[in-house]
Amino acid sequence: MSDISKIMIMMRKAPYGTIYSFEGLESVLIMGAYEQDITIIFVDDGVYSIKKGMDTSAAGIKDFSPTFRVLEMYDIEKLYVDKESMEARGLTADDLIVGAEVVDTETITKLMEEQDVVLPF
Amino acid sequence: MKFGVMVQEGPYQHESSDSAYQFVKAAMEKGHEIVGVFFYHDGVINSTKLTDPQQDDRNIVKRWSEIGEKGVDLVVCIAAAKRRGINDDVLAPGFRISGLGQLTEMAINADRFVTFGAS
Repeated sequence: MSDISKIMIMMRKAPYGTIYSFEGLESVLIMGAYEQDITIIFVDDGVYSIKKGMDTSAAGIKDFSPTFRVLEMYDIEKLYVDKESMEARGLTADDLIVGAEVVDTETITKLMEEQDVVLPF
Repeated sequence: MKFGVMVQEGPYQHESSDSAYQFVKAAMEKGHEIVGVFFYHDGVINSTKLTDPQQDDRNIVKRWSEIGEKGVDLVVCIAAAKRRGINDDVLAPGFRISGLGQLTEMAINADRFVTFGAS
């Protein structure tokens, strides 16, 4: 096994209804310091984690979406978003706060096969 | 084979912790190595010794402690634990509180990393 592992973080949950997405992001920030080969993919309601214009003030929960923009500083640059999940929710690449590559199911399958570890949040 | 495990749900509310326990127990019986079990999200609640279920129910925390006493590293995420009122004062035997770096290391060191929950 090589020294660097390919780790995929799969963001599947809406950002504020449950804590999975936020704590998933916390784990990504730590993994960034370990210099592993990190890929993040947003699928299902996870695509809302990187939607522009979130206003969580009325809910009294901190808006953590902007944190996804600092991942570049951690050399985490492989961000993907599921085309099908976006379309089902009426979203386009213009709605996203980060430059994630929009990919189809076939590409996602291929990306998953390449990983050593896939962690779902 | 070397397995890493992550438990992402609290006890009793969700079957995740039960399934993870059964998986770990079966893997050990088959002679596999468990590089560690990482407790994340509400999964950290699996580690409190204040847990006191009814007599006729399984004691999920005690079961994990027994796994820990067999030498399996049971790691409770500190950030998740602090949010949920889990600290060393309430920690059951066999568990330790540490950081997300441990999750990363388990993921790197395991041949297979198996997650339970987040659904």
